[in-house]
Amino acid sequence: MIELQGVSISTGSWQLQDVSFRVERGQYAVVMGKTGIGKTSILECICGLRSVVAGRILISGVDVTGWSPADRSIGYTPQDLALFPTLTVRQHLEFAMQIRRYPRKKIADRVTELADLLQISHLLSRGIRGLSGGESQRVALGRALSAEPALLLLDEPVSALDSKTRQATQKMLKTLNEVTGVTVLHITHNRDEAIALADICFEIGKDDDRGRVSIRTINLREGSRAESDHS
Amino acid sequence: MGGLSASFLLLIVLLLIADLSFTSATEFFAALRKPEIQAAFRLTLLTCTVASVLSVWVATPLGYLLSRFSFPGRHFVDVIVDIPVVLPPLVLGLSLLILFHQPFPFSSLLSTTGSGSSDTVANRGSPSVSASQAGGVKGEVRRSDGWILETWLRKDCGFPVTYQWPAVILAQFAVSCAFAVRTMRVTFDQISPRAEDVARTLGCSRSQAFLRIALPQAWRGLLTAFTIAWARALGEFGPILVFAGATRFRTEVLSTSVFLELSVGQLDAAVAVSLMMVAMAVCVLLILRWLGTGLSS
Repeated sequence: MIELQGVSISTGSWQLQDVSFRVERGQYAVVMGKTGIGKTSILECICGLRSVVAGRILISGVDVTGWSPADRSIGYTPQDLALFPTLTVRQHLEFAMQIRRYPRKKIADRVTELADLLQISHLLSRGIRGLSGGESQRVALGRALSAEPALLLLDEPVSALDSKTRQATQKMLKTLNEVTGVTVLHITHNRDEAIALADICFEIGKDDDRGRVSIRTINLREGSRAESDHS
Repeated sequence: MGGLSASFLLLIVLLLIADLSFTSATEFFAALRKPEIQAAFRLTLLTCTVASVLSVWVATPLGYLLSRFSFPGRHFVDVIVDIPVVLPPLVLGLSLLILFHQPFPFSSLLSTTGSGSSDTVANRGSPSVSASQAGGVKGEVRRSDGWILETWLRKDCGFPVTYQWPAVILAQFAVSCAFAVRTMRVTFDQISPRAEDVARTLGCSRSQAFLRIALPQAWRGLLTAFTIAWARALGEFGPILVFAGATRFRTEVLSTSVFLELSVGQLDAAVAVSLMMVAMAVCVLLILRWLGTGLSS
């Protein structure tokens, strides 16, 4: 479904080399790694917001490496959520569909469906100011999912939430994955979060100072590393 | 330190008091009733507004470009934008005058019979030469001083600029736009590009992300840029005097009114117009302060 083949990223003296992994359709994949290792950069490459120096990115078997972010059919929720300050919650949910010129009826139906699923129906007419962390997170998720993307990228989606909201959001994320069938790539450095959510978990580590990385598939439930090594 | 600050504040207050005490209310209103002053007031409002709208129109995409993108020559563009800010006003006026009346380099090679430039050449009495004399190009080519912008505008477009009201707008725009670009750049610098990035993953092109996400967030910056451009246009004098002249009922704006009234010894009228400009400037500053308060809240 989503596959990275030998992807290399470079910004100034910082670089990440030879990133390869594969996530199957409908899987909930969690990517773990130390802070600053380049997890967010990998997500930005998959989105098309950052160009790759080498390698290929395939979505549903199609090489999208040179495609613009708009054409990749990806829902992206960055760590800071980046909600649109001038739009209401409803406008957030409508945004991607309006850009893609969906029929009005379909937009209205989809907004109702998402608002029910994410339990934000009561917030639809509100602006984003004053929303709680959990509510903002749900709005960002709704915005990312509205145009029914093939892939949902989540950058530390629950790291800023309190423990009660975190658990509720984790449950909701798993439900979303199961109900919508969207493939999820979720970044975190929290092992408990990964255990709670992941169908498959990758751990990124740097092999050397030149940025060459090793990516290992981890069997979290048994607490041991699997044999497969993508480096 | 406090004394130095106080002395500056005192200077400003004393200047205003001196202006106010120089004239009486009767003289002030008598001066403002003069038809030429009223015409200058109307032209000032019109030209400042048009120049400011043009400035914001140009400054918004340019400010966004300088704020968001790295491209070859970006620093060069940055410097070019600042040139009108640091250039002495008279030099700017003179440069505009030269731009509109100096034949464009190499344009004489391109000018052919029947073009606007050949009229100019004819008027200037330049000799005509045949194609073979001019370098073997087919058809008759006149050796000329070249293509002149003002001549083309005047004769081919029927829209003369120099010493007309468009010159006032252009002179004001040349300076105001530089300030508007600075304001818009700072505005976009303060807006995180993350939301635009997310918009692009949702299906927006770069221009759609700009129009739908960045621009609505920048509305206070737009208003501030407009206000600053308007205030700068109001105070413009040197370039207008050189490029548009100071012809009563035609190119006279308030800043040139002060000069004209002074030049004919009408101090009362000059002070009255000055006070009117002070009042307009205070209004602009109050609007700016209000916008600033809104931004910080």
